[in-house]
Amino acid sequence: MYDKIFPPTKLSLPNGKIVHEKKSRTPVILILIIVASFFSIKFTDFDLSMLIKRWREFFVIVGQMIPPKWEYLPHIWQPLLDTIKMSLLGSILGSAAAIPTAYLAASNIINSKWIAFVTKVFLSMLRTMPTLVSALIATFIFGLGTLAGTVAIFLFTLAYVGKLLYEQIENADMGSFEAMESLGMTRMQAFRYAIFPQILPNYLSTSLFCFEGNVRYAAILGYVGAGGIGLLLNEGLGWRDYASVGMILLMLVITVFLIETVSEHFRKKLI
Amino acid sequence: MDVIEKQLYASPRNNRYLLTVTAIIAILFNWSISAINLQNVEESGLLIASNIMKGILNPDLNLLFNFTSQGVMYLLVETIAIAFLGTIIGSILAIPLAFLSASNVVPGPVASITRFLLIVIRTVPALVYGLMFIRVTGPGPFAGVLTIALISIGMLAKLFVDAIEDLDTSILESMTSIGCTTFEKVRYGILPQLFSMFLSIMIYRFDMNLREAAVLGLVGAGGIGAPLIFAMNAYRWTEVGSILIGLVVLILIVELFSNRIRTKLVRG
Repeated sequence: MYDKIFPPTKLSLPNGKIVHEKKSRTPVILILIIVASFFSIKFTDFDLSMLIKRWREFFVIVGQMIPPKWEYLPHIWQPLLDTIKMSLLGSILGSAAAIPTAYLAASNIINSKWIAFVTKVFLSMLRTMPTLVSALIATFIFGLGTLAGTVAIFLFTLAYVGKLLYEQIENADMGSFEAMESLGMTRMQAFRYAIFPQILPNYLSTSLFCFEGNVRYAAILGYVGAGGIGLLLNEGLGWRDYASVGMILLMLVITVFLIETVSEHFRKKLI
Repeated sequence: MDVIEKQLYASPRNNRYLLTVTAIIAILFNWSISAINLQNVEESGLLIASNIMKGILNPDLNLLFNFTSQGVMYLLVETIAIAFLGTIIGSILAIPLAFLSASNVVPGPVASITRFLLIVIRTVPALVYGLMFIRVTGPGPFAGVLTIALISIGMLAKLFVDAIEDLDTSILESMTSIGCTTFEKVRYGILPQLFSMFLSIMIYRFDMNLREAAVLGLVGAGGIGAPLIFAMNAYRWTEVGSILIGLVVLILIVELFSNRIRTKLVRG
């Protein structure tokens, strides 16, 4: 298509052969990016002069966060632990639920094309929903508190781990699976002994990775009332008590860093 | 005991290690169950759930296909614009930071300081940045653009560094051997390789930024989040349904296209 609009240049080599050099696509891509940027600037009221005039305001808040209010620390522990609990429980349950879901979505294990297709569509719909939005819906159904946050994290983990898991199942080596089936095992047994050991290390590592991310997401879920440290964050920001916000953020950075380090250690061990 | 059984039992056993890890996970699981308290669950929950389902099944079609500045279509375009411009600005800012955090370009301490800075920037939740930028620009999509730009810097810089380190140096060597100048080497050896890699990374991040931009509206930073939360708090489930449908369809389409373009870019 592209080559028809911009025909490739013909070059004749010294030995008489004619070769085609395709026109570069880079200029078209650049023009598209520039046009899209132009319209985005229109749509979002981007205003560089305001940014230059008022960028200091941003650092006013940063300045008020430092030094953080150390006396606020005792109030933080409980919500911080709640946040970790929420993401831990949601991640464990979500990755456990991801195994049967991925089993149903893998087109090389399930005979019926329809079941696999429907499960795949279900997983991708679940995945597109931003965690904060599903938490918001969960607060309406399960009431304010950590349960709503756990549900939101459970759904996200199920969708994320489930998708990666069924892709791994579909790419797994089917030789031993077929051999076991031919020996008279049921599909479920063959899956358990042939496919599951293949995908297990990757599955655990994906779940750990998802847990890392979930701690970060769980921190903001309180903003919509789904429990955890986000509640305090929301309060502090609402009261413009930026020193407390600074303390919360500091604790958050430390927690996330620690969890990432531990989980990275185990993930490296798994692979 | 025959040969096969012997071989079976000869495999290394690390039961104790596995048992410890399982026990730790079980303990953590039990500990975290206390996060669930069923006291706040009200009877109305089921009713609301069925109402949400009804709203999604009968969306407000007028709102969904309304092209004025109140309609879902306009809000989605605004969300795309926020994510797009944020990605572009973020990438421009990430390029110098990528070089500053590459330990083979700058001295070690500078690289580790930059990396630490990037971790801190990445950990602060996007909503907090959103509120800080609203102070600078006032509520509206402009604050959203700046927030998206700031939060995407960390990941973009990291992936850019990986791309730079993965450069195929054999091409540069062969160019040196046929007598190319430095400028020619950069123009024909480095830029074509980096351009497609960077583009692929930017498209990937754009995909993620779209979700972030959809959420940022909750703090008033433009996009589709604000109408969503207003509609929910007012229990207008048909509006909620149409906004959610628009959002999910948009994200699915963008994901499909971005995956296609990226596989094409990577394969060349």
